[in-house]
Amino acid sequence: MSLLSTPSQTVGPFLSIGFSALAVDALAAEHPGGERVLIHGRLLDGDGKGASEGVIEVWQANVHGRYASPEDPQNKPIDRAFRGFGRVLTNADGEFRFSTVKPGRVPGPGGTSQAPHLAVTVFMRGLLKQLLTRMYFPEEAANEADPVLKRVPADRRHTLIARRGADDALHWNIVLQGEDETVFFDF
Amino acid sequence: MSDLAAYESAYITHEDVIGDVAGYRRPYYKTQPEYLYPPYRSTIKRAPTRSLVWLPHTLSEITGPVFGYDDVKPDDADLTRQHSGEPLGERIIVSGRLLDENSKPVVKALIELWQANAAGRYRHDVDDHDAPLDPNFTGGGRVLTDAHGNYRFITIKPGAYPWRNHYNAWRPAHLHFSVFGIGLAQRLVTQMHFPGDPLISYDPMFNSVPDDNARQRLISQFDWEGTIPDFAIAFRFDIVLRGREQTFTQSTRS
Ligand SMILES: [Fe+2]
Repeated sequence: MSLLSTPSQTVGPFLSIGFSALAVDALAAEHPGGERVLIHGRLLDGDGKGASEGVIEVWQANVHGRYASPEDPQNKPIDRAFRGFGRVLTNADGEFRFSTVKPGRVPGPGGTSQAPHLAVTVFMRGLLKQLLTRMYFPEEAANEADPVLKRVPADRRHTLIARRGADDALHWNIVLQGEDETVFFDF
Repeated sequence: MSDLAAYESAYITHEDVIGDVAGYRRPYYKTQPEYLYPPYRSTIKRAPTRSLVWLPHTLSEITGPVFGYDDVKPDDADLTRQHSGEPLGERIIVSGRLLDENSKPVVKALIELWQANAAGRYRHDVDDHDAPLDPNFTGGGRVLTDAHGNYRFITIKPGAYPWRNHYNAWRPAHLHFSVFGIGLAQRLVTQMHFPGDPLISYDPMFNSVPDDNARQRLISQFDWEGTIPDFAIAFRFDIVLRGREQTFTQSTRS
């Protein structure tokens, strides 16, 4: 190795000045087909209070299970209108919401197949580096065999799976600390 | 084995290795901050308290969003030209290269920048520092790196500003950078400081990085060659993202 990475530093409280221009809360504005989903959640700090001025970034495959990236070698269709990137800022109560389509399955290590999921990155004041987590979908048989969920202790897996609300939206909170602390990855 | 069965088994083998990707190298010892660093008080209620779960890098982490000229206009890299007049302050040029740890330039990558004005005030509702706003300065910009990984911003030098972390706490003058690499695992947000600033060594954020050599990579260098006569002085800030591991699987595919 000839170089070492630049250290991470916090986004601080004023990140919206830099992040707003490329904020995206409707990932599938031009409907590429597939199941449309609306996702609501809250970002909660160690006191259980909503954390404002946080940013949630989403990265996902399209409905066919292909990423809109030249690094994805799969021979599956690309939707030109679907980048698979979302970015929303939390409001004064720590709430976030975005809409997208449920992604397809992508290959995992060792010949496995990953269950549909969103890769979710969190930046905020008080985080010296981003948190990385995943949101999986409820009522999804593929979750059982997902190679990443399998690594998560059974009693914490529920923190990565959204709930379907009475409003038909998916509800998923990101809990930074405490009883139902969301699983974050060492990546 | 029939031809068809042979074909199918070859195909399945190929599908199998697609998921076995070469991941990104994990951070070198003490070169990145931990989540919990009590001298930066906000980390206490925000750092995870339970064990992180080790994540093998999969297709989801080695891919990442691609940005283009629909997202970034050439003028977005000049923060002094976003209003009818010029902002107050010392005009500066900030440029550098975006590389990975394997010294490979990261091309056409999105870099976002945000900062306080010359008086140390952000154009933001939450900033109540008693310093003037500048009607000619917003403080946000973005750029794509070129074919050699180079980027360049024109802006003004931000002022230092107070914060409430501890008694008489001041942030050294800094620029906030957000960088997208090729893969999600390379995503980086950092801050750039100016050489010789006496506030740097008192800054808990800067000091959250355990390794001193790593900390020094947060400080830009005065750039005489980039300085333009009668226009602006320049600073150089190279940014290094994680590099990919080289593996057998990777080499057989590419
Ligand atoms: Fe700042």
